[in-house]
Amino acid sequence: MLGRLTIDALPFYSAIAAGGAAVTVLGALSVVGLITYFRAWRIVLFDWVSSLDHKKIGIMYVMLALVMLMRGFIDAAMMRSQQAIAFRSDGYLPAEHFDQIFSSHGTIMIFFMAMPFLSGLINHIMPQQIGARDVAFPFMNAVSLWLTAAGAGLVLISLVIGKFSTAGWTGYPPYSGIEYNPGVGVDYWLWAVLIAGVGSTMSGINFLVTILKCRAPGMHLFRMPLFSWTVLVTSVLMIFAFPALTVACGLLAVDRIFGTHFFTNAMGGNMMHYINLFWLWGHPEVYILILPAFGVFSEVVATFSQKRLFGYTSLVLATMAIGLLSFTVWLHHFFTMGPSADVNSFFGIMTTIIAVPTGVKVFDWLLTMYRGRIIFKPPMLFTIGFLVTFVIGGLSGVLLALPPVDYAMHNTTFLVAHFHNTIIPGVLFGYLAGYMFWFPKAFGFKLNETWGARSFWCWIIGFYLAFMPLYVLGLMGMPRRMEHYDIAAWQPHLIVAAVGAFIIFLGIVCLAIQLVVSIRDRANARDLTGDPWNGRTLEWATSSPPALYNFAILPNVQSVDAFWDMKHRGVAYQRPERYVDIALPKNTFIPATVGGAAFVFGFAVVWYIWWLAAVAFAVILVAIIIRSSDDETEVILPAIEVKAIEEARFREMEAASKNEMASDPGFAGESVLEATS
Amino acid sequence: MKRNLARRLHVAGACSPLAIFVSACNAIASPVLDPKGPIAAAQTQLLLDAVAIMMIVIVPVFIMAALFTWRYRGTNRNARYAPNLAYYWPVEILIWGVPAGIIFWLGLHLWSATHRLDPYKPIDPEVPPLRVEAVAQDWKWLFVYPEQDIAVVNELVFPAGRPLALRITSDTVMNSFMIPGLGGQIYAMAGMQTRLHLLADEPGEFWGRNVQYSGRGFADQQFRAIATTTEGEFGAWVEKVKASTQMLDATTYEQLAKPSVKVPVTYYSGVQPGLFDSIIAKWHGDGNHLHAQVTGTEQAR
Repeated sequence: MLGRLTIDALPFYSAIAAGGAAVTVLGALSVVGLITYFRAWRIVLFDWVSSLDHKKIGIMYVMLALVMLMRGFIDAAMMRSQQAIAFRSDGYLPAEHFDQIFSSHGTIMIFFMAMPFLSGLINHIMPQQIGARDVAFPFMNAVSLWLTAAGAGLVLISLVIGKFSTAGWTGYPPYSGIEYNPGVGVDYWLWAVLIAGVGSTMSGINFLVTILKCRAPGMHLFRMPLFSWTVLVTSVLMIFAFPALTVACGLLAVDRIFGTHFFTNAMGGNMMHYINLFWLWGHPEVYILILPAFGVFSEVVATFSQKRLFGYTSLVLATMAIGLLSFTVWLHHFFTMGPSADVNSFFGIMTTIIAVPTGVKVFDWLLTMYRGRIIFKPPMLFTIGFLVTFVIGGLSGVLLALPPVDYAMHNTTFLVAHFHNTIIPGVLFGYLAGYMFWFPKAFGFKLNETWGARSFWCWIIGFYLAFMPLYVLGLMGMPRRMEHYDIAAWQPHLIVAAVGAFIIFLGIVCLAIQLVVSIRDRANARDLTGDPWNGRTLEWATSSPPALYNFAILPNVQSVDAFWDMKHRGVAYQRPERYVDIALPKNTFIPATVGGAAFVFGFAVVWYIWWLAAVAFAVILVAIIIRSSDDETEVILPAIEVKAIEEARFREMEAASKNEMASDPGFAGESVLEATS
Repeated sequence: MKRNLARRLHVAGACSPLAIFVSACNAIASPVLDPKGPIAAAQTQLLLDAVAIMMIVIVPVFIMAALFTWRYRGTNRNARYAPNLAYYWPVEILIWGVPAGIIFWLGLHLWSATHRLDPYKPIDPEVPPLRVEAVAQDWKWLFVYPEQDIAVVNELVFPAGRPLALRITSDTVMNSFMIPGLGGQIYAMAGMQTRLHLLADEPGEFWGRNVQYSGRGFADQQFRAIATTTEGEFGAWVEKVKASTQMLDATTYEQLAKPSVKVPVTYYSGVQPGLFDSIIAKWHGDGNHLHAQVTGTEQAR
């Protein structure tokens, strides 16, 4: 009846595991409690859970990402503290537990922190940037969200019922096979990744079609803001890369459940196929994550340098080049598997070539700052911090791309330092910059800048302290994933790294304080014009938060930096002659139902509760059939209501100051508008 | 000189000056920066060359970032402001051209170094290497010396100055064999064989281990690698192993292959012939497919 689920699955075998479970359960209960306390169930369910609005879906993605960032960070802190004390000692974490923690840390940070953060920013901003009213497929968009949430839910519940994988975030067989890992851990990992991966594939399709089909009149591809360009390339990568992950994990799941031998040691199985498939997704994945962050940096650096982006065409071409090259380098993740020198050289050279377009981007951003008037808002701080720090990660990346160096450095903490050195400044700083940059757009008030700056300083100082020692340790030969060690020279570095992790923790605390303080003081930080930063691109043309339909009248785009151009021509806030009816997607609970059923399905398969898996799968099928036969998926917002909303906005804007940046000491002046012709 | 360099890099990169004191009293602290064989030395040299050439790009980034951030701060009204400066073709050529030139130079070096340091390539075709077969097990290393007909657990002894030719496989999950002071690493995979050639320039004791996470005993899966001063010293060690009463036959092997942690150094004075190949073959179904086994072993190549 319950498959292999028994009472032993509850984590009473260890105090630390039970503590983790308690925190997870209490966290869930407190969310439920808070919603009940504020009597917000109606709002939560009918305005958010059932919403197909790309902006609300975007916000929910980012909320999921921030929650998972906390969880992923706790894992990191536990690893760093364990290694800081585990010299000739077992520390406080047994190997079995330590192994689960590094596995869940990587899985969460990539699949359930970075991916939702990315999808959230894209969802909220990209349609507005290209002058669209929603994404191309609003229903599919919501399904993607709830599938991602289902995957995250599986990772979280593994802390309470059963155990998580010990196979690392890459889940290499044969270790992750049923022979060496008969427990539920690998299954939790597999099904979380599989379910969320399907969501990501659909997101990619959705974003790509949106950009290709839903752009406002005059928004040629080469007039799109850089962020939208990076989303375009990232979507293509998602569509091509994620199926490889689905196949790799799917076959591994078949191996585990049905005893086939795709990747086992025996009967002709070959783990090398898995490793190829995994990295065929895995390497494009890092560019999927980082390209939109590059897009954010491009928007931020131009806005806060109060200057046009330098080298727009170069940046677009560099983005395309990175996208293309990202599919030609996967083998550098296993130079040490014994490929011939010819093969290794080819993939090594392809990898180093990626440094060229990336270098071009860095110089273009620096040259955007050149002869600008830089205003140091928190998003700009993150951008400058990124520029300086990221090139170090690029340097170590090129070193690892040299096969002979990789032979010495692979699987050491040098590798760990390298990819954190690209992902934290490159990806996370970009997302955090985007979060602070676009927060006023989403909520109508600005985030507190003091706490934002404090968070930045903690993040960057913490980053250097946490990861520079890992470079040194890697040169000293320390392998990654060591639960304990007996080389005394490592310990001081590991202690410094743990201190760095603590300072990063302060950075996360500052983020939380920033949010609380900003909500408290929101009355003084209102963004009444919808254009808090004297912006350049179309998302700043809408109100903050934008109306359901974003644009009452679709904008007519005539150049790059479309909104800047409109402001310059004096046509930015014109009242249209007449308003029209606007069709909007109707709210529906079907996406959340599909996500919930996918969660149950994943849970059931993990525990071999086959009847429940069948029921959950049937629910998904029925939900899709019901949706497919529904002809009334849209509601019409009548022109008269659109007019009322827009008139209210015009009244609000008249009361507001003309330019919200004008009070900043670094403001370059209104004359800029004249100077831009 | 190299040791100095290692220390300097410590100072530059560590952010933890304490480490200098500690590493000074630990001979095996910095294997990559203090290489003991030509392979590791060449790997280190390539690393340093690449760092040097890339400074052509990295240093300007640091300078520009610092300079522009300061000079073009919004409150500095003396700096020139050019809000429409968005394209200047000589600069475009420079920012594409210089990185491309560096990568071209690096690509040439990459190609030759990768071929020169191919772990499958014998180090010196003139000198007959010492042949050793390495088997990764949960969580230890078994070394079989086919020519000497001995086997050792968690200790690899060989004469300094004579190349070491390793055939490597795994009798469990994927492992990765590495002696940081000498070179490496290469994966060990069940049913397959990989190769690694190493050479110690000078006698000494190194540490080697599995660096690919392999389960609960991973942290302790390490061994001592000892390069003896002379061939004679190595011969004496072989005699010592020969004196052991234990033999490594099929039954003993089965026992040994079971998961175990912190296994002490163990000597076997004789080995069942063809043990290494039979370990590979057993993962290929019925074991009769010798042909399949041979192609299988070279699959990783």
